[in-house]
Amino acid sequence: MDIAHMNMDGTEIARRDARAGAETVSLAIIGSGGAGAMRAGEILLDVAAKAGFFGLMCRAMGPQIRGGEAAALLRLATAPVSSPDDHFDLLVALDWENFSRFAAELPLAAGSLVLTDPDEGEVPAAISESGARVAALAMKKLARTVPGGRVNVIALAAAATLIGLPVPLVGEVLARQLGRKGDAVLAASAAALALGEEVAAALPPARRLAPPPAAAGARWVISGNQATGLGALKAGIGFVAAYPITPATEVLEWMAPALAKTGGLLVQAEDELAAINMVIGASFAGTPSLTATSGPGLALMSEALGLAVASETPLVVVDVMRGGPSTGIPTKSEQSDLDIAVHGLHGDAPHLVLAPNGIGDCLFTTQWAVALAERLQTPAIVLSDQALGQSRAVIAPPPSPPALPGRLLATAAEADHYQRYAVTASGISPMAVPGMAGTTYVADGLEHTPRGIPSAQASDHHTQLAKRARKLEAFDYGAAWADIEGEDGDEIALLTWGSATGPAREAVRRARREGLMVRLISLRLLLPARPAALAAALAGVRRLLVVEQSHGRQFHKFLRANYDLPAEVAVLSRPGPLPIRPAEILARLVPWE
Amino acid sequence: MSDSQTAPAPLLTAQDFKSDIKPIWCPGCGDYSVLTALAKACAELARPRARIALISGIGCSSRLPAYTNVYGFHGVHGRALALATGVKLARPDLTVIAAGGDGDGLSIGGNHFLHACRRNVDMTYILMDNQVYGMTKGQASPTTAPDWCEGKLTPTGTGIAPVAPLQLALAAGVGFFARGFAGNPNELARLIVAGITHPGFAVIHVLSPCVTFRAEQRGWKQAVHGFDGAPATDPATAMARFAGDDGFTTGILYASATPPFMPERQMTMTAADFDRGFIV
Ligand SMILES: Cc1ncc(C[n+]2csc(CCOP(=O)(O)OP(=O)(O)O)c2C)c(N)n1
Ligand code: SF4
Repeated sequence: MDIAHMNMDGTEIARRDARAGAETVSLAIIGSGGAGAMRAGEILLDVAAKAGFFGLMCRAMGPQIRGGEAAALLRLATAPVSSPDDHFDLLVALDWENFSRFAAELPLAAGSLVLTDPDEGEVPAAISESGARVAALAMKKLARTVPGGRVNVIALAAAATLIGLPVPLVGEVLARQLGRKGDAVLAASAAALALGEEVAAALPPARRLAPPPAAAGARWVISGNQATGLGALKAGIGFVAAYPITPATEVLEWMAPALAKTGGLLVQAEDELAAINMVIGASFAGTPSLTATSGPGLALMSEALGLAVASETPLVVVDVMRGGPSTGIPTKSEQSDLDIAVHGLHGDAPHLVLAPNGIGDCLFTTQWAVALAERLQTPAIVLSDQALGQSRAVIAPPPSPPALPGRLLATAAEADHYQRYAVTASGISPMAVPGMAGTTYVADGLEHTPRGIPSAQASDHHTQLAKRARKLEAFDYGAAWADIEGEDGDEIALLTWGSATGPAREAVRRARREGLMVRLISLRLLLPARPAALAAALAGVRRLLVVEQSHGRQFHKFLRANYDLPAEVAVLSRPGPLPIRPAEILARLVPWE
Repeated sequence: MSDSQTAPAPLLTAQDFKSDIKPIWCPGCGDYSVLTALAKACAELARPRARIALISGIGCSSRLPAYTNVYGFHGVHGRALALATGVKLARPDLTVIAAGGDGDGLSIGGNHFLHACRRNVDMTYILMDNQVYGMTKGQASPTTAPDWCEGKLTPTGTGIAPVAPLQLALAAGVGFFARGFAGNPNELARLIVAGITHPGFAVIHVLSPCVTFRAEQRGWKQAVHGFDGAPATDPATAMARFAGDDGFTTGILYASATPPFMPERQMTMTAADFDRGFIV
């Protein structure tokens, strides 16, 4: 197909946006592995950031190690965005190889514009049927007319031109990245950019961005996995042991050199069993410690997590969730490890479970989780996921969690009569660290007396169980336990957690803009449950919509087990890997209007 | 906080390294002698109690830490070496000792044994081998002979060849290997001292009889024989020398000069410095 199929309505919308400018534009760049789609997407996000916009880039990848399908899914905006939009305004296809594998992840609307290279074959039926306009751009041929020209640079320039990003800025970002590659490479990319910009002028209009805010303020570009690493570092983590697993590996890749420069250490362990036990050892020795993994790794760690509970050893396990069970869908997101995180330990094992609800919040929540684990001498599981971890966003600088006093240490006054597991009102017992004289003790996973001596007596078991539960229950977690948006009079609330919060946040804002007053509650602290706090947050609410990304309604069941919910509850629960989109949530709210 | 290294340390006796807790072990169990030898070795090394960490897994032998007066961790079955690795890497200033049985270290924890040997972190592993699972009442272990028929789960014997800890450790790249016998606690103490002093991962393989489920091991007294030669310093020589070993040769069998694993740490940045990398 070389004549663009025109949809009049779509063109009209695009023309209007092209004049006034839109608050948000979504575009996808797709190609087979090696075509450079992901790279082009990253450059566009950087360019948007430099131009003063906010944005989000998610990654859709297949299971192939190299090659296979790859899609950069971007949303650029004049204000911070919390989730992908309902559809893409522009789709740039470097080729259509493997397209069918992720077609479902690329919703298009009547106003959307699709750029296709006529030399890469027919436009797939799914695209033609979407009603989107299709325009031909011979990217490969054009690239060949420039010595050293690259297809993805032509695409980059065309896309930037169409959506209203300054092409000179694309040149700057590219030049900085190519800097060391020499003048010939730089000249080739500049020529390809100029050509891409030129040919884009003849293309049908696409939705264009409005000018960026005059004062956007300080902004960061960061991925969720990097934010997790930075949060851990800021919390004082000095030791990490881990075993590589998608999609958690980038947490480790970011932390390894960062720890080495801050006096810490990352060890690649032989497996997750070793990783979690090394972490327990390092923490016992006095160093705040963490590991990062995904569902299969968390499953392997569960016995040792029980040990950390019983021995009261602080540590953090970050689970960057992916589709499960078993190897599942390693490269794609799902919120289906809630069950194992909450219930996966043997015995009565009170512990902390937290979840970041945005990319910047990966920093806040991880930092808070480390502080809580240290203060409460217990393991904390942090449930991030692929959608947060492997996405990059342009955001306002993330806030810091409330400061907490660190680990409660034993003092010299306790020497010679030290009780490691002393029964205290708060449930927290002063912890001695190897090196302190007079307070030697044996940390034990066997039930024990206050001194730490193994005991099978009922009274010791009951006292220590109660103490370990009390220290988590009695603690004042402050306001960070949940994010709450809305007003007192709202009669409808949306209750969610983790990455599902992004689309929920946007749905609530759209609803409120249309006069439907909906309150948003996103739980950051999952365990221990906070029934009194949620009751207060739900005051006056008659109808509740629960939003989560799991097949088994894990979050809804968790809520029913731990909380009193309003009389009318609906659940939007769907497994991964497709993200939940704001319009879907809105559609469930509207009948309640 | 007083630190035992800053105060002039009073000389401690072996008894000072033992706690007042009565062991759960059967009378006559070899593990009593391992406790005695370890306490003696610690006294000899004159290390402050607070600077020693003794890490174990699960099993009769893994009960060892509670019976000492040093810092200890009684963890889960099979993971003592991983936990000890974490302690040592986080706190290079500590003397770290791991201890446990042949089931703990070579079956459920076998993978960690391989990797501890090749990682060569500076710590000492006391592998208390009784060729049986004592704690769970007498099943075959990885070092049990194939024709031992007393185990209730393997009434006709395991039918599979046992693991040879020395050969396994050498193949995995261990830096130091000594074998001792619980019936000779003085020699065992000497071997433990040598292991702790060796820079790197040191395995002390202790023949420690289980008198309850392997009563015939009382006869090990007659079976052991010492090796007095200079230890081999390269694995090929050690492999060749002990190819026909009956498993009862005691002494320092191997000691190489492989440098221990301890990554460099730098303090050139603070956590806050990393913000810069993310600012637009
Ligand atoms: C995960 C797990 N599986 C099984 C057990 C049961 N168990 C406890 S000790 C042990 C074997 C102990 O044998 P060994 O390590 O040789 O020590 P010994 O008791 O002989 O000193 C087993 C199987 C356990 N505690 N944990
Ligand atoms: S069962 Fe065997 S190994 Fe365990 S304490 Fe008794 S004699 Fe020792």
